[in-house]
Amino acid sequence: MILIKNGFVYTIDKKTNRQNSLRSASFNKMDVLIDDNLIVKVANTIDENCETIDAHDKYVFPGFIDLHTHLRDPGQTNKEDIYSGTRAAAKGGWTTVCAMPNTDPVVDNISTVEYLKRKAKDIGACKVLVIGAMTKKSEGKEIAEIANMLESGIIAVSDDGNCIQNTKIMYNVMKYVSKFNIPIIDHCEDYFLSGKGQVNSGRMSTKLGLSGIPALAEEIVISRDIMLSESTGCRLHIAHISTKKSVELIRQAKAKGVKITTEVTPHHLLLNENECVNFDTNTKVKPPLRTQDDVDACLTGLLDGTIDFIATDHAPHSDFEKEKEFSIAPYGINSLETAFAALYSGLVLKDKISLSFLIGKLSTSPAHFLQLNCGAIEEGMAADITISDLQKDICFTPDTMMSKSNNTPYLNKSLKGRITKTICEGNTTWEDRD
Amino acid sequence: MNSTNIPSHSHGKDFVGRNLFDLDDWSAEDIQVVLEATKIMKEVNKRDYKKLPTLRGKTVCTLFFENSTRTLMSFELAADRLSADIVRFSANASSLHKGESLQDTVYTVDAMGIDLYIIRHSYPGSPQLVNKYTGKPVLNAGDGPHAHPTQALLDIFSIWERTGTLKGLKITIVGDIAHSRVVRSNLIGMKKMGAEVTICGPSTLMPGYMEEVYGCKVEHDLKTALKDADAVMGLRMQLERQSEGLFPSLEEYSKLFTLSSETMKYAKKDALILHPGPMNRGVEILPDIADSKQSVILEQVTNGVAVRMALLFLILGGKM
Repeated sequence: MILIKNGFVYTIDKKTNRQNSLRSASFNKMDVLIDDNLIVKVANTIDENCETIDAHDKYVFPGFIDLHTHLRDPGQTNKEDIYSGTRAAAKGGWTTVCAMPNTDPVVDNISTVEYLKRKAKDIGACKVLVIGAMTKKSEGKEIAEIANMLESGIIAVSDDGNCIQNTKIMYNVMKYVSKFNIPIIDHCEDYFLSGKGQVNSGRMSTKLGLSGIPALAEEIVISRDIMLSESTGCRLHIAHISTKKSVELIRQAKAKGVKITTEVTPHHLLLNENECVNFDTNTKVKPPLRTQDDVDACLTGLLDGTIDFIATDHAPHSDFEKEKEFSIAPYGINSLETAFAALYSGLVLKDKISLSFLIGKLSTSPAHFLQLNCGAIEEGMAADITISDLQKDICFTPDTMMSKSNNTPYLNKSLKGRITKTICEGNTTWEDRD
Repeated sequence: MNSTNIPSHSHGKDFVGRNLFDLDDWSAEDIQVVLEATKIMKEVNKRDYKKLPTLRGKTVCTLFFENSTRTLMSFELAADRLSADIVRFSANASSLHKGESLQDTVYTVDAMGIDLYIIRHSYPGSPQLVNKYTGKPVLNAGDGPHAHPTQALLDIFSIWERTGTLKGLKITIVGDIAHSRVVRSNLIGMKKMGAEVTICGPSTLMPGYMEEVYGCKVEHDLKTALKDADAVMGLRMQLERQSEGLFPSLEEYSKLFTLSSETMKYAKKDALILHPGPMNRGVEILPDIADSKQSVILEQVTNGVAVRMALLFLILGGKM
């Protein structure tokens, strides 16, 4: 048994409806008792003669849950693998990550799903849930063996990184998936419009002479998907939303009762296109960093419930891949380790959102979405717990990154909100020794 | 040697060791110093003996990853005239074809002992990378559609030499704005020197937010754009843009946007005509205008050598 004493514990208001994703929460000084892999007691004072963690002046959160992680395993393990990726996750306070299938080979069949599950169980430092591909090799041509993968426990399907351009194929995929109770997660991008785009189409692309990715490239596909979801009844989850109009489209669709959900990344909540001005390839990402207007709209959408939760789109790339001319560097931001500190420093400390709201969007809401027995610190819940010293700085240097890669715009920068300990199913997966 | 006087700094900011990625980081005062220095260099170039010993022992490397005739010749001639050693890296004959990255290429070249780099590359931001990799000053000789600051400086010089100032001048730039590094650098530089700039071209070749980013005027009608212009610059229409579906035909393009004695009537009488070259005669400019008395197109080429001499002189700390 493990006892966490004297911390400020994230407490969901019991009076509100569990199904309501806007449940309110607060922090109360409480003790938390863990037995094996479950939380067995939460009370004002617990006395138990067992291993005790002093969380005095610290905050105790339910472990974070990331719906959008690129672990790069199998096949791209120069960037990341299950060992490093799950340790980066643990350091960032995550206890569950969902692995995107665009690896090499693509996770489009049972054996790859089983490989990921087994490897994660053997060497992982957090729970890894598997997302299967929508189409074979994510080529957007033939439907993958989704029912088979479902038997192996995939939690969603996605061709993330690719966007099915052929509407008929997308229609068929959604019609097929509509009979299973899983969502499809779509990376929305019209490739004719985005072309060779490097940054947001706007002031920055004009200024830097880089080709732009217009907001329209995302919005047109979201519009299409909404109509396809209405027609097929398929659960639709829009990945990494980035524009004001996209937020508005989803707001309207939700009002109409479409089965649609969406996520936003930390970088689309915190950074705008101006970050790209010095050709820093760590700011090159898809969808691109947009305008401040878009950033503000994403935050509004998160606050009013249009956007369901935050997901990282953790996309590691090796130094040698990112240390290139902007135009040929790969897209992606390394985010698992920086996400909480960046969001805490950039939003909570600036009074834009409350800490409890942030934790809800990192843990409670995604847990609800995935129907997991976590996301709250309550009796009977999984013992997935993240403890943070909010006063303490954290600096992200190549030496201290647990990820194999360093491609974050926060590299060598200091932020507030350090994760001091992460517990996943009762096991300590991260312990800050600094 | 004449008692010429080129300051080594402007407003306390030393020129020695500076980069020229674009004109953003160069103030109006800096640009003014470059113009004055260019004037001196131009005089040197008119002499029988066109050479100064000032950069003896310095090694300048031209890294050209993209084809160029005039800019490469102009830079190499400029370095030659100042007695610097020149080593040329040209992409066609290099290990780039063996898959070597820019980073490794630059590390390799730098190991040979280079004092300054001049780079042309099709990717925006490449000059910044060369500086990051080597710590040596870098002159941008054109990076994709991003910037071409030495071209802008020679354009500004070509106007300034004739008019004495750019303050209050109305300058109109016509053509494919979207793919033009020349126009972007010129907008920054000309605005800094006090000119009012209008840009004109088809809407599919006009990037968004130009007014906001550069403080210029945007027109899509040539006659309106040319009205009362003191100087007019045509831009090269890259012929492959037609197949990219950005305009229907060269004929229709030239009907709407060609600079001719007909359309130039809308500009001021004797308005200067500029073109960064190479020209597509009959497309963006007609011979009657390109070869007219008002045209400074060949003068631009002459001035290009002098501007580049001035920059090398200032950045490598030349002495008169």
